[in-house]
Formats: sequence, structure tokens, C-alpha cells
Amino acid sequence: MDWQGQKLAEQWLQILLLAFAAAAFATGYALGSFETMVLTYVSGVIITTLITVPNWPFFNRRPLKWLDPIEAEKHPKPQQIAANRTKNLSVVEVALDFAF
Amino acid sequence: MHSFGYRANALLTFALTILALICAMASFSDNLNSPSPSAHVQVLNINWFQKSSQGNDEVSLTLNVSANLQSLFTWNTKQVFVFLAAEYETPINSLNQVSLWDGIIPAKEYAQFGIHTTNKYHFDDQASLSSRNAGSNLRGREYNLTLHWHVMPKTGKMFADKLVMSGFRFPEEYR
Repeated sequence: MDWQGQKLAEQWLQILLLAFAAAAFATGYALGSFETMVLTYVSGVIITTLITVPNWPFFNRRPLKWLDPIEAEKHPKPQQIAANRTKNLSVVEVALDFAF
Repeated sequence: MHSFGYRANALLTFALTILALICAMASFSDNLNSPSPSAHVQVLNINWFQKSSQGNDEVSLTLNVSANLQSLFTWNTKQVFVFLAAEYETPINSLNQVSLWDGIIPAKEYAQFGIHTTNKYHFDDQASLSSRNAGSNLRGREYNLTLHWHVMPKTGKMFADKLVMSGFRFPEEYR
């Protein structure tokens, strides 16, 4: 999920939950049924979960664009590799000396 | 909000906070209800009235209790506990209270009732050690029959109230 997607998900989460809570309280009070209120709210929470928790494609419309790693390619570090090679060679020479 | 777990956690905590809020609002809405309960109690007969083996006055009554408590029920009411108490004043204690009958009303449909019953619990004037004549206070004593109730909500505050029915008197002699 990109930055804009995260902001979008949080806004939707808050708006949807508050709206479902208001609707649940209104219907529960109007019908005089506590059970209706709780059931309406729980179904609202489930719908909100399905909308805001999974990583849907519409939360990934503005992906972050990083700069290409041009600088690193321009300046490789060949010196260190060369030094290692000479070191390895001398080790082999020492080993050969022992063998003969 | 960057991962599945963080979003699920944010949703759960916010959802439960709002749930607590709407429950508090439901409890608050009970204050908007102004109940008008009615009750009527008749003492049909004094079955017996005597000194028990412990020396306390003991009485058995046949009662007719009728009440309409439907207006106590709101959308946030789980049940109503109701009990009938005999209340009288003695020289030592300003209030003596003896429960005679009780019941649980589970729904509004059952809140209008008429019950014909003897007292469910023993009615005796319990002696206290501090006085000689305690335990034999009932002869000729005036008493109230009071219907108490406790409204138990689904969420929030419990309400209690009562209706006092006065003007009852025990006979002067045992029978």
C-alpha cells in the first residue's frame, strides 16, 4: 500500500465506522431494539473490514518512484578486488613452496 | 497503516471505542423515559399469627399483589427484579424490612401481573440482643407493604425505585 493509499484507508475506516454507528443507534432507538443496534453495527464493522483492511489495487495507484542507482554504477570499487587477488596468489605460492 | 496487521488493529480498537460510546448513549437514553408504574396489594387473610419457638413474633399472610410495571421497560432493559417488603418501625429500629415475595420479570409482556400467594419467605420479627422486647413487636403494629424494583439494563446504569402502600395493621392478639 502506498502513502496515499494508507491515508485513504484510514479516512475510510473512520468515516465508515462513525456512519455505521450513527445508523445503528438511530435504527435501534427507532425500533426499540438493542439487538438491532448491535447487529447493524457488527455488520457495519465487517463491511468496513472488507473495504479497508485488505491491500486492494485502488490503494496502490500512486506507487513511490525511487531514483535509479546511477551514481553507484558510475563509481565501482575495483581496487579492493585487485588487492584480494594478489593476496590469494601469494597464499598459493607459499603453499606450493611447502609442497616441493 | 502500512501493513495488514496495523490496519486490522486500528479498525478493531476504533470499532470497540465506538461500541462503548453507543452503549453509553443507550444507557443515557434511559433517562428520557419517565415511568408511571402502578401497584396494588391486598392482605386477604392472616393465616396464623403466633410466637415462634425462638420467641419471635411470626405471621403468615395471604396476599394479592397486582401491578403494572410495563412503563419501566425501555429498549435497554434486560429484566426487572421486583420484591414486596413489609416495613415497620419499632422503638429500637426506625426501619425493619422483611421480604415477603419476589420475582424476576424477563420481558415487558410479563410486567402486568396479578398474583395470589402466601408470603414466600418467613415473616418473623427478628430479635436483636440489645433489647428485651425485640422479637415481639408485631401485635397491633402498623406496617407498610412496599413494592421495590430494580431495573437491570443491557448496558449502563441500574435504576431502583419503590411504591409504598401504607395503612396495614397487625391484630392486637395472636391467632
